[in-house]
Amino acid sequence: MDFVRENADLFLDAFLTTLGLSLLAGLLALVLGTLLAAMRVSPIPPLRGLATVYVETLRNTPLTVVFFFIIFGLPQIDFVVGFFPGAVLSVGLYTAAFVCEALRSGVNAVSPGQAEAARALGLTFGQSLSAVVLPQAFRTVVPPLGNVLIAMVKNTSIAAGFSVSELSSLLPRLVNADAGDLTLVLVGVVVGYMVITLPSAAAVNRIERRVAILR
Amino acid sequence: MRITRYAATLGALGLVLAGCSSEAGQQAEEATSNAPEVAQDVEFPAGSTMAQLAEAGSITVGTKFDQPGFGLANPQGVPEGFDVEVAKIVAGGLGIAPQDIEWKETVSANRESFIQNGDVDIVVATYTINDARKQLIDFAGPYYVAGQDIMVATGNPLGIEGPDDLAGKRVCSVEGSTPAQNIRDNYPEAQLTLFDVYSKCADALRNGQVDAVTTDNVILTGLVQGGQGAFELVGNPFTEEPYGIGLTKGDDEFRAFINDTLEQAFQDGSWAAAWDRTAGAITGEPAPQPPTIDRY
Repeated sequence: MDFVRENADLFLDAFLTTLGLSLLAGLLALVLGTLLAAMRVSPIPPLRGLATVYVETLRNTPLTVVFFFIIFGLPQIDFVVGFFPGAVLSVGLYTAAFVCEALRSGVNAVSPGQAEAARALGLTFGQSLSAVVLPQAFRTVVPPLGNVLIAMVKNTSIAAGFSVSELSSLLPRLVNADAGDLTLVLVGVVVGYMVITLPSAAAVNRIERRVAILR
Repeated sequence: MRITRYAATLGALGLVLAGCSSEAGQQAEEATSNAPEVAQDVEFPAGSTMAQLAEAGSITVGTKFDQPGFGLANPQGVPEGFDVEVAKIVAGGLGIAPQDIEWKETVSANRESFIQNGDVDIVVATYTINDARKQLIDFAGPYYVAGQDIMVATGNPLGIEGPDDLAGKRVCSVEGSTPAQNIRDNYPEAQLTLFDVYSKCADALRNGQVDAVTTDNVILTGLVQGGQGAFELVGNPFTEEPYGIGLTKGDDEFRAFINDTLEQAFQDGSWAAAWDRTAGAITGEPAPQPPTIDRY
C-alpha cells in the first residue's frame, strides 16, 4: 500500500487538526450554549431578548456565511484572528445556538414543580438553575445534544475552505495531484471522521443510559 | 438665419447618423468574422470519435465557468473566453457550430473523472499537462503555455520580485493546485495559506491577511482585473504550465485530429484572433508565439 505509506503522516496531521477543531469548538459551544439557555429562561427581559436575537441570527445563517464574516469581515474592522482560531470561533458560535435550543427544551421538560420548590426553599435564580434545573435538564437532552455535537464535527469540514488543513482539505490536495487515488482518499477521509464520530456516538449512548431518568 | 440654422442642425444630425450606422455595420461584420469557421461536409473514418460527433451534430465540452479571460460564465450562463474559443475552433473542425456545443462546468478536481465517465467529450479548462494526469486521460496540444507568477498589493510594499523573495512571507493559493504544490516542494520557507477558491485569496490580500497570491499568470490577470487597481502582477513567470485539451485515454485518432486542427488554427491566424478577442483584451498583450504541439 504505497499510497498509505506515502500519505500516512499527512492524514494523521489532518486528523489531529480536525480533532482539535472539534474539541475546542465543542467546548466553546457547550459553555456558550448553556449560558445562552440560562439567559433565554431568565426573568430579565433584556437578557432574554439578547439571547433570542443571537440564537435566531446564528441558526438562520449558513455556516459558510458565518465563516466569511469572521475570517474576511472582521479584519475590515481591524479585528484579525488567525485562521484556526477563526474556525474554532465560527463553528463554536454557530453550534452554541443549537446547543442553547437543545438545552432549553430540556429545561422546559423539567417539571415546573422543581423550579417552584427551589424558589420556595429560597434559592436564587442562578442557584435553582445550577443546582436543581440544569442537572435534570442535561440528563433529559443527552441524545439531542449528542446529535448536535456529532453534526458539529462534520461541520468543521467547512474550515477546509478557509485555510485550515484538516481532513476535508486532503481531498483536493491528494486528488488533484493524482486522480487515480480518488477512492482511497475518500475512504481515508471518511474513516478519519468516523474515528471521531463513532466513539462519540457510543459515549453519548452510554451516558444516556447511565443518567436516564426512570419515570 | 433660421434656414441656415436648420440646415446646420440637419447636416449635423445626418453626419451623426451616418457615423452610427457605419459603426453598427462594422460591428455586424465583426460578429460574423468573429465566429470560428465551421467546416462543411467533412468526412471522417467510420467508427471514429470524430465521425460520431459530426453525425450527432453536437459535442459536450467541459470548461471553467469562473476564470476571467479563459472560461467565465456570462449573465446568460454561457461561458466565454480563450478556452471557449479554442473549443469552438475544434468543434468547427468537426462541422459543429458554436451554438450546438453543450457546455459543462468542470472544476479542477473533477476534470479527469468527467472524461473517464464520458460526461464530456473534451475538456478545455486551463488544464495543465502533466505525467500523473496522462496516466488517466490523454492530452492534445498544448494550445497555450502559462506560467506561475506572483500577485501583490499595488506598489509592491514588500518588494517581492520572484519566488525566492517569498521566504518568510505569507503567500496564498488554492489547495490541490499545481502552483501550491510547487511552492510546497521548492520554496518551503514560504508560509502557505490555502483556500478553496482564488477569490478568497484576493480578499485575503486586500485585507492584508496574506502578502502575496501565487498561481498561473492567466488566473492572476483575472484577479488583477477584478481587484480594480488594488493588485498588481510581479510579472516574472517562473514555471511553464502547458495548457492542453483533455480527452479519453487511448483515443489516438481523435487526439491526432485535434492536434491537426490546433496546428491549422496556429497557422491561419484564428488562434491569435481568438486570443485577441478574449484574454488578450484583458491583459492588453498581443498573442504570444503558438506553442509546439506535443504528439506523444
